[in-house]
Formats: sequence, structure tokens, C-alpha cells
Amino acid sequence: MKDPQLHDSSRRSFLKTSGHLMIGFSMLPLAYCQTKGATNEIPPYLGTPLRPHIDNKLIDSWIRLDAEGYLTVLTGKQELGQGIKITLIQIAAEELDISPDRCRIINSDTGQTANEGFTAGSNSVEGSGKAIRNAAAEARLYLLKLAAQKWNTTPESLSVENGIVISPKGDQISYWKLLEGKYIEGTVTGEAIPKDPKKYQFVGQSLKRDDIRKMVNGESHFIHDLRMPGMLHARVIHPPSYQDRLESIDLAEVNTMAGIVKVIRNGSFLAVVAEREYQAIKAWEKMKALAVWQKSPIEVLPNQLTDSIKSTSGKSEEVKVVPGITDLIDKSSISHSAEYFRPYQMHGSMGPSCALALWEENLLTVWTATQGVYPVRGTLADLFSLDEEKIRCIGVPGSGCYGQNGADDVSGEAALIAKELPGRHIRLQWMREDEHKWEPYGSVMAFRLSAGMDSDGQIQAWATTVWSDSHSTRPNGRAASFVSARYLAKPFEFQKGGFSAGSYRNGIPEYTISAKQLRLYNYSGPLRVSSLRGLGAYGNTFAMESFLDELIHKAGKDPIDFRIKNLEDPRAIAVLEKLGEKSRWNTRQKTASNGFGIAYSRYKNSTSYFAVLAEIEIDNASKTYKLKKLTGVIDSGLVINPDGLINQTEGGMIQSASWSMLEEVQYDQDGITSTDWSSYPILRMMDVPEVEVHLIDRPDTPPTGAGEAAMGPVSAAIANAIFDATGSRIRDLPLKAEKIDWEKV
Amino acid sequence: MPQDITLHINGESRTFSADPEEPLLYILRDEFALNGAKYGCGLHQCGACMVLSDSEASFTCLRPCSSFDGAKITTLEGLPKNGKLHPVQQAFIDTQAAQCGYCLNGMIISSVALLETNPKPTENDIREALNPVICRCGTHSRFIQAVRLASEKLNP
Repeated sequence: MKDPQLHDSSRRSFLKTSGHLMIGFSMLPLAYCQTKGATNEIPPYLGTPLRPHIDNKLIDSWIRLDAEGYLTVLTGKQELGQGIKITLIQIAAEELDISPDRCRIINSDTGQTANEGFTAGSNSVEGSGKAIRNAAAEARLYLLKLAAQKWNTTPESLSVENGIVISPKGDQISYWKLLEGKYIEGTVTGEAIPKDPKKYQFVGQSLKRDDIRKMVNGESHFIHDLRMPGMLHARVIHPPSYQDRLESIDLAEVNTMAGIVKVIRNGSFLAVVAEREYQAIKAWEKMKALAVWQKSPIEVLPNQLTDSIKSTSGKSEEVKVVPGITDLIDKSSISHSAEYFRPYQMHGSMGPSCALALWEENLLTVWTATQGVYPVRGTLADLFSLDEEKIRCIGVPGSGCYGQNGADDVSGEAALIAKELPGRHIRLQWMREDEHKWEPYGSVMAFRLSAGMDSDGQIQAWATTVWSDSHSTRPNGRAASFVSARYLAKPFEFQKGGFSAGSYRNGIPEYTISAKQLRLYNYSGPLRVSSLRGLGAYGNTFAMESFLDELIHKAGKDPIDFRIKNLEDPRAIAVLEKLGEKSRWNTRQKTASNGFGIAYSRYKNSTSYFAVLAEIEIDNASKTYKLKKLTGVIDSGLVINPDGLINQTEGGMIQSASWSMLEEVQYDQDGITSTDWSSYPILRMMDVPEVEVHLIDRPDTPPTGAGEAAMGPVSAAIANAIFDATGSRIRDLPLKAEKIDWEKV
Repeated sequence: MPQDITLHINGESRTFSADPEEPLLYILRDEFALNGAKYGCGLHQCGACMVLSDSEASFTCLRPCSSFDGAKITTLEGLPKNGKLHPVQQAFIDTQAAQCGYCLNGMIISSVALLETNPKPTENDIREALNPVICRCGTHSRFIQAVRLASEKLNP
């Protein structure tokens, strides 16, 4: 046990070397409440004292009980709208037997929480959830041992009710009284055994998210809502296109505009700072009109993209090779091949990216909506040649999208601007066109699939070739991963990484096929790209499950029955069976104007199982179709918050429907032309399908991430429904009605 | 040039000095620290910036603040009455109708405006009323549920 006010030497030295830890912390309550004697009086939550993160193995890195009556959970993962706050609270509350309404959570802050990399890949529950579960179990054991010692009994004989330890004789003491105002010093040893899922009382309940209550009330929640004393507003004037460089700008007029504090020009990085936000926007408009750029055209144009990607030079990655597979396919009774395409698609956050930064005495604090505070800190360190210890990145929720939008870039830019105005909080928000034009898009991909079947419809061999740009150019400790670092007078050189794994995610079918081959070509395309929900799994599953539908049609089989017969994993079979049952598949009413499409995938071939039915209705007269309904079944192991899981799955289905039916980034040689919601439309209320989600709960199986499971299958299910309704097979996303051969219908 | 402007915001008469052309959104956020209305596009395309202007859901990210002269402006923060959330706000909580929540302001404002003129809307009425507001997380089906629930609560 340690007194939280008497830090050990490592904590003390950290505080000394980065004494700015307290800076700008007015957003979090810090008052420390001394432990009182009473066990059942609950004081208001006054926050937990700021203590730097030391080591992932310390219980204190995840679980804190220093605010009397409350449990504070710490996580390196960010709330993106996926409901991670309540989910992790449920896990901790369960192990410690504290009511979840007495739990609070601190997300991603390099000054406090563990380094958990990025909030990505649907792994927050698998990763952070597991760490928190183990630390909470360990904390409980630690506390029970204290009580057992006090009462001269064994920890096993004690029980806990809402934070109060009870002995067989009826003695009672609260966790906080036991700790006497000190914090838990122990480490996560693995000695404590987490609770048996059969005894769960909070896990498995649809508890409500507290952040929704705050948002509904208009309370400060988003990074966009932060207000600091003396805060100034900034805007960045980005080049018209990627390769353009600033030739000249006459700033005389701008400098006389109302409220202008500073204009920053560093190479082709151009920014303006003003007293009021609107003044900054007016100056941004003026500077955009005044700047003269040296233009450099984009070389590969949209109509050349498919050829360009498929003529990628260089060696392929032989992910899985079967010698002689081409022969095997060619000699099969039924052999088939087809090519598919996924264009650049946008994250398209509704709120343009925003960040705050403050430089004070060579110490930098950045409030950021990044998915990875530690990677952003490391990248800022490279940008400014500054010791990481002198930088603190505080995670604050941003506008959602599930992937890397402009949040990292705007954090780097805010810091660059703040450096020019030490001591002042700088709030930088991108304009709509900045977000649309400069976010790193979901990657362009192309696919060639070939397969051979025997006369009974059994697939003998399946070969896939994937061409793909990178799916991760996230901040990696090299300054150039912030886009504006590439435009400084002394530019940082960007080296694209993140190829491979993301590109062939879900590239190999799970179906029972004796010969499966996968080959990947890494392509570097004309537009900026990075991680978008599901990475390559979205495109790969679109291609695979569309192609499988083609094979099933050729073999004259039933799409659910065929999949079930060609899968071995009972959980995979179960989601398909449940889909058939819930959607009344066998008694569906096929008419001349409707169509039904099925698709299935196990995300990453290793996490959540998802099967979906899409129902569309066509209108021959107007040559359009409408997505009427999506019915999905998901199995992601143990369900922690059923309503949260349903919510995120519904959202994934609708977001994928929007990508799949409408979305494709438009550009020409002068730059991106999808600059707003009219030039890049997304699905709106009038066209959103009805969605229905069914869960399969598996309390004895560890929870797996579910946030990305729906993306790929939904795209293929819609394409398969279009084929069912019209006989047209659309192989190039998006699935626009004009691609349907209406003559054939 | 800045002028003294008086607007009726959330039941109070508020006077401030600003460029009359400054869109209402920035006045609400920067002058009065109201978080409900948000910047989304600056083009009246996404609905993040909506307020009620005399019971009508109105964009504020382009429209000059001075053009709201004489109107009763209600922001998300002005919806609760006597310390109690507006039934639409409560319905959004009850149905957990949010993921990231950036669109909530526009969705709630549009729903309140709809129910004031159309207390028992059909699903199509709800879809039409909420169509000006975009949502990137795909929470649409819950917004429909929330409006239905609020309609039932308001008109038992």
C-alpha cells in the first residue's frame, strides 16, 4: 500500500522532469478526498489524483480506488462511439463487485494511462478488457487479504457487496476504509482467478452509456467543446492538391484583418491564428484565395486506376501457395474466375478534426482525438526533436468514423502552430473541405478470384490475387506520418509502410476447400490512404462472398445451405442457421421486383462470426433499387453489453451499406473533387434500410472484438441481392443502380 | 464592423458585440459557450449546427446571426424544462440512440421540431424530418425508435 501523496522515487522523478503534468487539467477534477469512517455514505466523485503511468503490470495502472466510494478504471483505449467506456466499466465492476454507477473511467492519456497502442482492429475488449479484468481480480484479492488479516480469517471466507467486504460473522468494511487513503501497490501476478462467468451480475447486462446522457444534455464531451483560458483559434490553409507547393502569398491584407494574431508560413505549411473562430475562418478564406501554388498534377487518374493497380510491378507476396493450382482449377467440371474492385472510400467524419495544443517552457501538451495517444506522442517527439517525456497527449473523444481520419494530422498541426505562440492554448479545427480532401482514405483494392468445382458442386480449388495499397500509415514515431510535416521548409520525408497483413485480411476462405491460394501485390496509388474500419477485410470479403455466390448460382445450390455444408466450425454454422431461422429464409417471398442476398464471414478468420441477409426492391421504371432490410447474426463470444453490441453491429451494417452503395472518392489531375457532402454523398435517413441484429451469446468463450465484423459481409450481401433481383453481377464497388443491365431485368 | 446585437436565446435576451454577418453557430459556441450546435460542414449540408428558430429546425453555420433577430432561438441546452429533460432527449437516452454522438444535436433538434407540428408521425415522416442530418456511425434505426418513443410519451 502506498500513500498516493507520497510518490516513490520513480514517480517523483517523472513528475520533476515533466512538471507540466498538471497543465491544463482543469477539465478533470483533481481534488483528493480523504477517507472518512462511514462505509455507506457516498460522497460526490471528486476525481482521482493524477499519477503517471509506470508499468502495465501494476494494478494501479488499471484500477484505482482512491476516490472514496468510487472505482476509477484506466484504459489506454479511446471512446470512439463504440461504447468502450461502459464495457470496460462493466468488466471491472464485475470483478470487484462494485455497482457500475460508482465507476468512472479515464481513457488514453500519456500522463496517466497504459500504452495500449491504437484503439483499432476491434481489439479493445480482447486487449484492454482482459488487462482490466485481471487487474481488477488482483485488486479484489489484495483487498480481501487485507480484510482477512484484519479479522484473522481467510480471503476465501469473505464476500463483497457493492464495495463492502463482509465476513462470515457479519463484520463489514469498505474497500476505501481498508485502504485508509492509500493506493494499491501490488502487481498483476496472475494469482487472482477472475470470476466464473456463471456468477456475473453486471457483465451481460445492457447498461446505459453515461456519455450519451452528457451529449444529449449538450455537456462538454467532444474535443471540439474544450475551452481553455485565453484560447486562440487557428486554421490551416492546405495546398489544393498533394504535390502542390506554395509559391507566394501577399499577406498585407490578411495582417490588417480583424482579430488576426499571427500568420504562420513555414515552407508550404500555411496557418492563421485569430482571437475568434469566425475571424480565423474569414482569414482562411482570404488566404485560400491569395495563395499562389506551384501545381503538380496527380498522375494516375480515376479511369486509369483499375489498370494501374493490376499492373503493379515488383514481386508478389506469396501468402499461401499451392503449386499447380491453375491446372487444378482449369480441369474442374465447373471453373470460374472474376475480377472485383474497391475504390478509395472516405472515413467522412461528420465533425472535421480538431486538436488543442499548448507550449509552455519547452513542454508540449496536446489534446487529441487520436486513436493512439502514445504513437502520436512519439511522432510529435520526432517532429520537434523533443524528448517524449516533455510531451503529454491527452485523448478526448472526436467525431466518429471508425478509422484514421484527420485527428492525428490536426494534432501535429496544432502543435506546430502553438510553438509559434508559447503560453497560449491553440485550438485548430479543420474545415469541411480539409477533412474531405486530406484525410487518408480507405485503400483502393482489386481482386482476381478463380475456383474449380466438381459436378456435385464441391469446391476443389480456390485462388485469389489481391492488389492493394497500404491499410495503415498511422503515426509511427516518424514525423512525416503527420501530413503537414511533409510541407515544412525542411520537409520530413514520408515512407509509406503498413502494407501486407491489412491487405490480405480475410483473403483466404474458411470454406472446406482442399487447395487455397492467396497472392498479394502491394500497390502505391495516387491518393493518401490509411486504416478504415475493417482494413482489407472489407474488400476481400466483398470479392470472396460475391464470387462464392456466383459459384453457388452456377452449381444451382441454396446460399445458406451451401455455406453450412462447406463450413466445419460449429459457430460459423450456428450464425448461418440462426440467420435462416430468424429471417424465415426458406419461406421468403421472391417476386419479380425483389432480391435476397446472403453473405458470411469470420472477421480476421479468427474473431467474430457474422452472417447477413440483404433484401432489395427494384424499380424498373426509374431504374433504381432500394435496400429494404438487413438482418444480421453475430457471435462475438461472451457478450458484455448486449445492447451495445447490437448498436455497433447495426451501425456497421448501415455504414457498410453506405460505402457499398454510394461511396467513391472523386478526383482529377488537380486534386480531390469530393470536397463536401454533395460531391461525396453518404446514406441518409430516407434511404437507410431497416436493420435487425440477433446475438449468439457464448458465456464460456472469451469476448472478441465486434466493431468491424459486419463491414465485408454486408457489401457482398447487397451485391448478391442485386444479382438475385436483376441478374446483373456488379463486381466494382460502389453498387450503383446505373451499373445494372436494366435490359436484362 | 462589430455591432451590438440582441438575440433571444434559450428564453433570455442576450446582447453581444459581433460582426452581424458572423454565422449564429460561432456566436453560440464562442460567445455563450453552448456546445449543442456544432460545426460540421459550414454549408448547411449536414445538420450538426441546428437550433430551433421559432420551433423550426434551422441551420446556423452559414446564416448570419443578425438574421435571427426577433426569433426565439432554442439550442439543445434550452430544451429541458424545470430541470427535466425534454421527452425527446430522454427518449434518445432510453433507446441509447448514439454512437459517437456528433449528430445528436441535429437529430434531437429535428425530432423536437417534427413532434411540435406532427405529434404522431409515420416512419416516413420521421425519415423525412431527419434526412437533413447526416450520421456517420449508422445509428439511424435508433433515431427512428427514439422519435417513436418520444411521440408515445408526449401523446399517450
